Amino acid sequence: MSDTSEGPSTSDGVGGLTYDKSKRQWPNELNVFAALILIIVIFELLGAIFMQQSLLFDSRDRFDSIFNEARLRIIIIQVAIIGIIAIGVTQVIITAGIDLSSGSVVGATAMIAMSFAQVAQVSGNPNPKAIFGEWALDLPVIVPVFVGLGVGLTAGAINGLLVAYSRIPPFIATLGMMLFARGVAQWWSLGNPVSFPTDAYAVIGSGMNPVFIFLGLAILFHLIMNYTVYGKHTYAIGSNEAAARMSGINVPRHLLLVYMIAGALAGLAAVILTSKNLTAQSGMGLSYELEAIAMAVIGGVSLFGGRGSIIGTGIGALIIGVITSGFTFLRLGAFYQEMVLGMIIVGAVALDQWQQKRAAARA
Amino acid sequence: MSDYILETKGLTKHYGGVHALVDANFTLERGEHVAIMGDNGAGKSTFVRQITGVEQRTRGDVIFDGAPVHFTGPLDAREAGIETVFQTLALADHLNVPDNLFLGREKTKFDWLGPFRILNYKAMRDDTMAGLVKTGVKIPNIKNSIAHMSGGQRQCVAIARTATFASKLTIMDEPTAALGVQETAQVENIIRTLKEQGESLILVSHNMRQVFDLVDRIIVFRRGRMVANLRKEDTNGEDVVSYITGAKTGAEFEGAA
Ligand SMILES: Nc1ncnc2c1ncn2[C@@H]1O[C@H](COP(=O)(O)OP(=O)(O)O)[C@@H](O)[C@H]1O
Ligand SMILES: [Mg+2]
Repeated sequence: MSDTSEGPSTSDGVGGLTYDKSKRQWPNELNVFAALILIIVIFELLGAIFMQQSLLFDSRDRFDSIFNEARLRIIIIQVAIIGIIAIGVTQVIITAGIDLSSGSVVGATAMIAMSFAQVAQVSGNPNPKAIFGEWALDLPVIVPVFVGLGVGLTAGAINGLLVAYSRIPPFIATLGMMLFARGVAQWWSLGNPVSFPTDAYAVIGSGMNPVFIFLGLAILFHLIMNYTVYGKHTYAIGSNEAAARMSGINVPRHLLLVYMIAGALAGLAAVILTSKNLTAQSGMGLSYELEAIAMAVIGGVSLFGGRGSIIGTGIGALIIGVITSGFTFLRLGAFYQEMVLGMIIVGAVALDQWQQKRAAARA
Repeated sequence: MSDYILETKGLTKHYGGVHALVDANFTLERGEHVAIMGDNGAGKSTFVRQITGVEQRTRGDVIFDGAPVHFTGPLDAREAGIETVFQTLALADHLNVPDNLFLGREKTKFDWLGPFRILNYKAMRDDTMAGLVKTGVKIPNIKNSIAHMSGGQRQCVAIARTATFASKLTIMDEPTAALGVQETAQVENIIRTLKEQGESLILVSHNMRQVFDLVDRIIVFRRGRMVANLRKEDTNGEDVVSYITGAKTGAEFEGAA
């Protein structure tokens, strides 16, 4: 082997044997985390100036701790359910796709799953909201949970088949599913809410359970995205689909799986949401898809594909939670909050685009 | 065992009405390095895509390692022992060097987990190091995504990929077309290393100096057809150019083009 090829671009390592720490990349999640801290600091300052209170810390000695635990809990419960959807949406976006259907899939799944979760008797009388006959009442809790996952999975599979095999752009395929699933939600009980779930079903979304489920799934999918072939191929497809295909990855089959997982997670979110609210309504999940996309985008997931992480989306979810809570805390109207969120989303995408350009210019 | 590692008979590819490749009869001996030359659009890349399973041929036979083959995809060809550096780099920008080297054939644990089987990062990193050492490719930090690397480094990664896996045939489609002088020299060194190791190689190139430096034999394509098959000793640059431009056609190919 000859060693005469000492080029300028290759002179700073020896036979690939270096792990030059100074050449290591700065993880993008740290930037997102810094943004979260910055936003908290801004709210703390505004709170100290205008409210003489702290947003996240215990400033009134009401609690026996340094944090205002009640508000922290509200922040995280508030984002947990949409956060579960965002875990799936993150994977879809990493493949350079998009899923606009998740909010409507939540609506349809809520109606259908809840119909299998109803009790037979409400305070001694037959359940006035019963959708089906007696056979569907007082079923074991596993039935509505599986129905919910199944409906979500089916919707995701249809999205996936359309995107992967008929090459309909993800935007259009999932827009179609968004309208279709909302229609299903309204048709299911002709606009009537589905109520009175069994006690076992009501446990799923009670208290802090949505948060535990969200955190459990976030950790699970963080591991999957980083340590399994599924994760690697998801990034590869979003990064360079042609390269992925040439490397022998079955791209359509993989995309189908990604959209199915996203659908199943939306279905699960619907189960938790209806359990928490003890009722299902056809309008449930409205604009959840946009909030989930916002969490991912704010968390550094690139709409061009190939970049982003579950951790980033988790931090993105917290940013949205803190902003929502912060505006309530400052007693500012929800419209300001939406304006600020809108600006942050556009800013995050602009930043991503700028980073991509810079990376391309350097290479 | 057949003397030829690769043989094509009447290999033809039509894209609708475009006859991109017509009746290519090609042979490659074991350990031999052959160059394919020809104008843009002559069908060189099309030829490569037919033997590497990227596309399905219109007709003809491909005999690899003594047996007829029908690769259904590039992975199929790779598993059979054909490593290819495609003209358009088949690398994923956001992945690092080992991830790219092993893309589509990851080393894994717990394979019963199906698509969720666990990546064996350590084994892949070790093999990557070995491949980089073998080819003399130098990368500042193999854990960085390749988006931050120069064109030459990326091309070297693509080539190191072929050298990391023991292959029977390596194909490179214009590997130095977009590289500077230093980077080209490095790629050429890798090709010499492959020659010393007795690997068979097909090199698609426009670079006359490079071709005469590196290979044993030169094939010329013109408008989808093979028009010359020249031993390096029996020809020179001027001669090859006249075949490329159409001023001459090899005796055995007369009437074809
Ligand atoms: N996918 C395709 N569809 C239609 N025509 C194609 C396709 N790929 C290549 N061609 C045509 O086939 C001919 C040979 O192309 P190619 O093999 O890329 O040439 P080369 O690599 O020698 O420059 C060209 O005329 C090109 O336009
Ligand atoms: Mg070409």
